[in-house]
Amino acid sequence: MRTILTLAAVRIRITLRNKTFLFFSLIMPLAIFFLYGSVFAKGKPEVVTYLMGPILSFTVMGTFWGLSMQLVTWREQGILRRFRLAPIAPVSMILSSILANYVLIVPTVIFELLLARLLYHVTTFGNLTSVFILVILGITSFGAMGLVVASVTNTMQETQIINQLLWFALIFLSGATVPLAVLPRMVQRVGLFLPATYFIYGLQRAMLDQAQLWTLGTVLVSLIVWAALAIFMSSQLFRWEPEVKLARNAKLWAAATILPFILLGIWENHNGKLLATAAAMMSDRPTENAPPPDKTR
Amino acid sequence: MPNPILLVENLEKRYEDVHAVRGVSFSVEEGEVFGLLGPNGAGKTSTIEVIEGLRIPDGGRVSVCGLDPQKNPNDLKNVIGATLQATSLPDKLRVGEAIRLFAGFYKKTRNPDELLKRFGLEEKRNSFYNQLSGGQKQRLALAMALVNDPKVLFLDEPTAGLDPQVRREIYTIIEELKAEKKTIVLTTHYIEEAEKLCDRVAIIDHGKLIASGTPRELKQASANTTRVEVRLSKPASNGTLRNLDGVVDARELDGAYVLHCQRTAPAIVALVKHLETENNELVSLEIATPSLEDVFIELTGRRLRD
Repeated sequence: MRTILTLAAVRIRITLRNKTFLFFSLIMPLAIFFLYGSVFAKGKPEVVTYLMGPILSFTVMGTFWGLSMQLVTWREQGILRRFRLAPIAPVSMILSSILANYVLIVPTVIFELLLARLLYHVTTFGNLTSVFILVILGITSFGAMGLVVASVTNTMQETQIINQLLWFALIFLSGATVPLAVLPRMVQRVGLFLPATYFIYGLQRAMLDQAQLWTLGTVLVSLIVWAALAIFMSSQLFRWEPEVKLARNAKLWAAATILPFILLGIWENHNGKLLATAAAMMSDRPTENAPPPDKTR
Repeated sequence: MPNPILLVENLEKRYEDVHAVRGVSFSVEEGEVFGLLGPNGAGKTSTIEVIEGLRIPDGGRVSVCGLDPQKNPNDLKNVIGATLQATSLPDKLRVGEAIRLFAGFYKKTRNPDELLKRFGLEEKRNSFYNQLSGGQKQRLALAMALVNDPKVLFLDEPTAGLDPQVRREIYTIIEELKAEKKTIVLTTHYIEEAEKLCDRVAIIDHGKLIASGTPRELKQASANTTRVEVRLSKPASNGTLRNLDGVVDARELDGAYVLHCQRTAPAIVALVKHLETENNELVSLEIATPSLEDVFIELTGRRLRD
């Protein structure tokens, strides 16, 4: 435990000294915040409240970039080799990076909530306990996803490409950019296989419907199982040195971490009420830009 | 022999297409400075990294302070310190933070500030790692290797890539550690490093240990010969040179001929006469007592820095 804390403290310091981090973890989320708040919602409190889920999801989901890039860079530069000489387990390296991310990301989330209240006069954020637990779970699970990516990629370039693909899928098919309720039916069906969809849905339910934690069971359980699988797999596939070749099935195992959402996606596509609830949440607070929910369904 | 603190028996290490270590055995006693000397790619780093527990051996047995690196990796890491051949720290980590960070990983630690002071890094305490010179980075690496007060210290090519002045600084540090009776295993491809620092040296080439002993023993094993290096205007055959009076061995090396002579004066006279009859001429001639380098050449037929 001491090892994890020591490592986390140092990671926080190093990250705060890194300008790229400040851009991606502070400037970019705030840019999204103002884009959504001032341009999309035109500063209307009830619309801003509706968009807070997507806004926070950008801040939280973005964490996987930093974690994957740092792990790959440290491996490429021989930094992990030096750590390996000390009695440190892979799981300590992994948990310390997630722990550091709590400290680095939660303040941005709080800052965004404060700004929404002060600038856009948002009066309620629904059930804040649920919101914060979801944020913590999001940082854990999306961060762990970044570590899984880093465990199967060898170079920065490769990592960047995979990150881009994941990022676009996460933000465009999940309701982070265009509300889920207005996406075409096909995209909605695909979106139901993405963790981001459930994460944003959970945040919006907590904020708009004052959802208590236990009513968000599906979201919570799927995120927890996903995080656990991803942390386990990234510690199993952890490589200290760039020369170490990937195990033959490594990529398959890495991909398998998404299993909870494959199952959930299949179930939701057949029996789920998520799309209907998402549409209802939206029609309660229609945005000016977005058309009303798809009526063809 | 007293109890060895490090024991390596028939060590084997293979990579996909390379048999890097082929049955290497040696032992190191407490308080000894032991050098693995050999050219690049000889298997030194593979050997030392198996001992440190960083690589999995394909055969043989390793015991460090009675611990098996594969079975008790964490216990082992608590009692050894090491510098790696290629290593790095995050650019934006400060010197003081780096050493305190690593001190935080061990059960038993030395005072990080004292270590920084000792290695002349006190003023660099607040500098970022990427602001350090090569020599400062290596001194920090040494300080970090000592942070857990290790029983055995492994230094993989501690002076490779450093300029001569910095190299001497590192020698001084290692000599101080030696004076403190620290057990040190180092790898090097610098002859003078092995001669200057090591109590015992093992010469390793193509993954095999081909000779070992104190530098003096190794040199004596070179059969009390004198080394005569000559350059000739025309090529001569080794066979004829080897048959000259007083010459034990002759080899061609980088366009020169190295003669190992038991009796120097008659050998030179014989050489000159031989060249006259062959219509060949002496371009240069050097006489030296054998060095470890000669031992290496004698054993492998190559120079170390091939």
